[in-house]
Amino acid sequence: MTDVVATNQTILVVGGGISGMTAALEAAECGKDVILLEKNPSLGGRVSQLYKYFPKLCFPTCGMEINLRRIKARNNLRVMTLAEVTKVSGDKGNYSVDVKISPRYVNENCTACGACSDAVSAEFDNEHNYNLDKRKGAYLPFTMAFPQRYVIDPAMIGTDDAAKAKDACPVGAIDLDMAEENIQLNVGSVVWATGWKPYDAAKIQPYGYDRFDNVITSVELERMMDPQGPTGGKLIRPSDGKEAKDVAFIQCAGSRDRNHLRHCSRICCMASLKQSTYTREKFGDEGKSTIYYIDIRAIDRFEDFYQKVKSDSTVNFIKSKVASVVEDKDTGNPILKGVDTEGYKRYANPHDLVVLAVGMEPSVNFNDAPVDIVSNEFGFIEANPENGGLFGAGCASDALDVNRAVQSATASALRAIQVVNQVAEAED
Amino acid sequence: MAVQKDIGAYICSGCGLGDRLDCDQLEKVAKSDGRAKLTRQHEFLCSKAGVEMIQADIDAGDVSHIVLGACSRRAKTDAFNFENVVMTRTNLREGVIWVRPDTDEARESTQEMADDYIRMGCAEVKYQDLPAPSQEQGLNRNMLVVGGGITGMTSAIEAAKAGYNVGLVEKAGHLGGTAAALYKRVPERAPYSLPVDNGVDSLATQIQGNPRITVYLNSTVTKTSGAPGRFSVDISTESGDTTTENFGAIVQSSGFEPYDMSQLTEFSPESPDVVDQLGLEALAKEANGGAIKRPSDAKAVESVLFVQCAGQRSEKEGHLSYCSGHCCATSIKQAMYFKQANPDTDTVVMYTDLRTPGAGGEDFYRSAQKQGVIFTKGEVSEVTPGDTGPLVKFNDLILDENVEQNFDLVVLATGMLPNSGVNIDAPAPAEGEEVTETPVSILNLDYRQGKDIPQLVHGFTDSHFICFPYETRRTGIYTAGPVRRPMDIKQAMDDATGAAMKAIQAIENSSKGLAAHPRSGDLSFPSFRKEGCTQCKRCTVECPFGAINEDERGFPQYNEGRCRRCGTCMGACPVRVISFANYSVDSVGQQIKAVDMPDEFEEKPRLLALACENDAYPAMDMAAMNKVEYSAYVRAIPVRCLGSVNTIWITDALNSGYDGIMLLGCQKGENYQCHFVKGSEIAHIRMSKIDDTLSQLQLEKERVGTHEVAITDVERIPQIINEMAETVQKIGMSPFKF
Repeated sequence: MTDVVATNQTILVVGGGISGMTAALEAAECGKDVILLEKNPSLGGRVSQLYKYFPKLCFPTCGMEINLRRIKARNNLRVMTLAEVTKVSGDKGNYSVDVKISPRYVNENCTACGACSDAVSAEFDNEHNYNLDKRKGAYLPFTMAFPQRYVIDPAMIGTDDAAKAKDACPVGAIDLDMAEENIQLNVGSVVWATGWKPYDAAKIQPYGYDRFDNVITSVELERMMDPQGPTGGKLIRPSDGKEAKDVAFIQCAGSRDRNHLRHCSRICCMASLKQSTYTREKFGDEGKSTIYYIDIRAIDRFEDFYQKVKSDSTVNFIKSKVASVVEDKDTGNPILKGVDTEGYKRYANPHDLVVLAVGMEPSVNFNDAPVDIVSNEFGFIEANPENGGLFGAGCASDALDVNRAVQSATASALRAIQVVNQVAEAED
Repeated sequence: MAVQKDIGAYICSGCGLGDRLDCDQLEKVAKSDGRAKLTRQHEFLCSKAGVEMIQADIDAGDVSHIVLGACSRRAKTDAFNFENVVMTRTNLREGVIWVRPDTDEARESTQEMADDYIRMGCAEVKYQDLPAPSQEQGLNRNMLVVGGGITGMTSAIEAAKAGYNVGLVEKAGHLGGTAAALYKRVPERAPYSLPVDNGVDSLATQIQGNPRITVYLNSTVTKTSGAPGRFSVDISTESGDTTTENFGAIVQSSGFEPYDMSQLTEFSPESPDVVDQLGLEALAKEANGGAIKRPSDAKAVESVLFVQCAGQRSEKEGHLSYCSGHCCATSIKQAMYFKQANPDTDTVVMYTDLRTPGAGGEDFYRSAQKQGVIFTKGEVSEVTPGDTGPLVKFNDLILDENVEQNFDLVVLATGMLPNSGVNIDAPAPAEGEEVTETPVSILNLDYRQGKDIPQLVHGFTDSHFICFPYETRRTGIYTAGPVRRPMDIKQAMDDATGAAMKAIQAIENSSKGLAAHPRSGDLSFPSFRKEGCTQCKRCTVECPFGAINEDERGFPQYNEGRCRRCGTCMGACPVRVISFANYSVDSVGQQIKAVDMPDEFEEKPRLLALACENDAYPAMDMAAMNKVEYSAYVRAIPVRCLGSVNTIWITDALNSGYDGIMLLGCQKGENYQCHFVKGSEIAHIRMSKIDDTLSQLQLEKERVGTHEVAITDVERIPQIINEMAETVQKIGMSPFKF
């Protein structure tokens, strides 16, 4: 049984992405008792799937390493993976939270030696790479996964492969009889850092994401650029493996659109500006990027980055909401159709690859979550006094970039501390 | 410090270590070369039984210093979590067997690698002590907030809610800052449809009734000295009365100054009917919901143009190159003032990119469109005072036409300039150069390194790190609001809360002697041997965090609370008198010397890699996980930061026969990745001078390489190592093998 001691002075953080890790760490580094829940087998969240950050073009794993080291150094911060909240009851300063823990089938004996993975042959879609490739049925989600502990895919249970994995483990870490657990935690306050998910690109029918191989999403491009990603870091198009030297970016793919997400997802302009540098990184002057946009929202000092990209002669900007994408059957080239609003000119432009700058929606829509919390019509948590000791952090509260998400998470940590400090004061 | 050091060496034979290495031999090496009092082997060291075995020795008092020969220090940290014992982990798994082929030919060199790492581990712990805090500062739960605008008020209220006392210093005679001058503000909660109350009164009421908050109006900070946990601050009133108070941490929320619109001569700023956004707020306040009147003749405004990005996002002389972030939403809000008073007012917002990001922004924009506000993509080239009102010339970017139009009123959406005090990094004025204006310091820090917080780009005091927005270069002092970055009220309030969080953390941790980010929780801090110090001041100059002051005789004064424990001072010291309890010139130097150096004719080169523990070292671990092989000749030592590398290590390594040396650190320069700001850069500068040493020793300069690497360089770092091995093969072995 998972044995977790929690009290009404404990802070619960739900979601182990960069916002959740930050909220948990900031509170823990203030000496508070913190439990961090993550539904996936590893911490890291969405940023662990990014190749680079804008505007510095640095690597997300760099900050993650620091955060993981901070977590490892903290005995008052407990991490629970494969854990999901199923119910919240109680009030500010005294919540009861039901948590479901799915079996990993691998216990704490695991040394991450990799013998189980070598032993099995079954392969499954690799969620870390947005299913663009396969992973083994016994796997470490990614090199920096934390806890550094393998996972057995539940679909493998009962198969010969599962038995092979168990036999291969030299330290008895594989427990195929592990079952789902349900535990209850008593906590003082809860920070919801459940993050975001990319808008389902297939719903934007005119862009043909579900019909054309060479229409991909911005998040998929991030995985392709990663040397440890599905293409080994090659910028190639899915249909024929040809180098994608001429890349089109369609902004507001699903955002600022009454038919899809009404809100602006904030990050997509900067993400495409950043991704235009990938084309340059791979192909130099031979690469070409075209950004189809409504407004380039490079706010505050992000403007510097926009100006830098703008001065690159290989990057073109067309002010236009693309009407539709069709495929040239012979070449596999996607052709973008629409009207350039600056001067009202029609276009039909072929490109090697189209990247949809997909919008951001909350991973958990709080209008429909196992907790009573005030959220806006987009499903983001609102900062409302009625929420008592429940607080949103990062992209659970708004469409935010990483820097602002961390800022928001740091603020939430204080709000959570206020609650448990008031509890402590009352109990003194 | 005559503390008995009893070294226990524990060798794991699990994870293939026992198959690939001769673990008995490793024990022997630990005993004979490493002087371990006790050695043990376990087939599964991180198991409960293995950990208990170690714990039993600790409990029995048999060992005070332990060396674990097992996996990387990044792995199995939950198992190897011992208290009150000095521990070093030698990386036999990721650092040896996983980067070497499992072949008979490789066996000998792989074993030699492991033997050396055991020797190095034993040498390291021998020179390490358990760190203990200095107790320089106690628990001081008072926080200073400088600046009483909406950011500062929020910081104060939020800190007080958590049980901390706050001193709130405001230079004006009232709280509220710029927000107090607003008629209304942009809503930060649904429905995002209309302007809402500016919120200042509600915050001010909360502050007035709060026994934990002391407000100092008409006051400024005239001196700040000390460190987190023991800041001593002089607060002076205009009349010159000064009180001195003690604080544990500081939030600086000094806000912004509006851009001076008189610089935009093309827009006729002298015309009474051309105002900036704050000018319009004043008119709206005066109208108080009624018709807004234009200043020249008090006629109710029937047509108004908002010129976005006025003097912003422009490379023109005197303009701001950045975007101020809030102005699009602010103009939308102001357009609504007109529409609310009179729906027939002709309101036009002229923009190039309309920027209303996030969940609420788009709704607010849409709400304005519904109210009939016109949005035109265009660029205004000139505003002249016309007969009936300002005449505006603009290029309509959609129709691609040049247009002239009269409006009753023109509002210029000008930007914000951070009120960040003195730029301590500004080059001193050249001789004879006229200094027009000296900025007034905000904090008046009594730090050797300057009076205010270092600025980043455009004068803002932002953190340089995307993942760590509150990373500060002056420990225990956090900036928030528009002084940190251009931002709107909603973000400023969040920012204020985040900064208060960090300040509280600084209060708690400094009282225990714990380091702040990124080495959070570290208890070790630098101290120096005064007898040896030559007062050369390199440590004080090079400290990236301004932690070190100088006394009247020029000796360094370390401030534990301000220190981030990177060791840059230790790397800087030419006479090597600076050390940490568990990290010193010896703790690394002795590892370098502990390596068994084969003689010149054995053709077994030895390469030293000093790898930044934050990025390069983890990348090497990940190379191992991906089974990327590299030369068996390398011996890698993680360092806190490349800035902590003292050149004596290089000289000693060359003198003791190493054939090649690699320094692996983070990116430096404008987009630096170094977690300690300047460490990597300083290391590069220091190493550029190593050529002299090499030529004195008559060694080739290719033998030492300094590299900027990233944590993702899982392939590249092994390549750098292998290339060094090839280089050595080409130029030959070092003649310094004794």
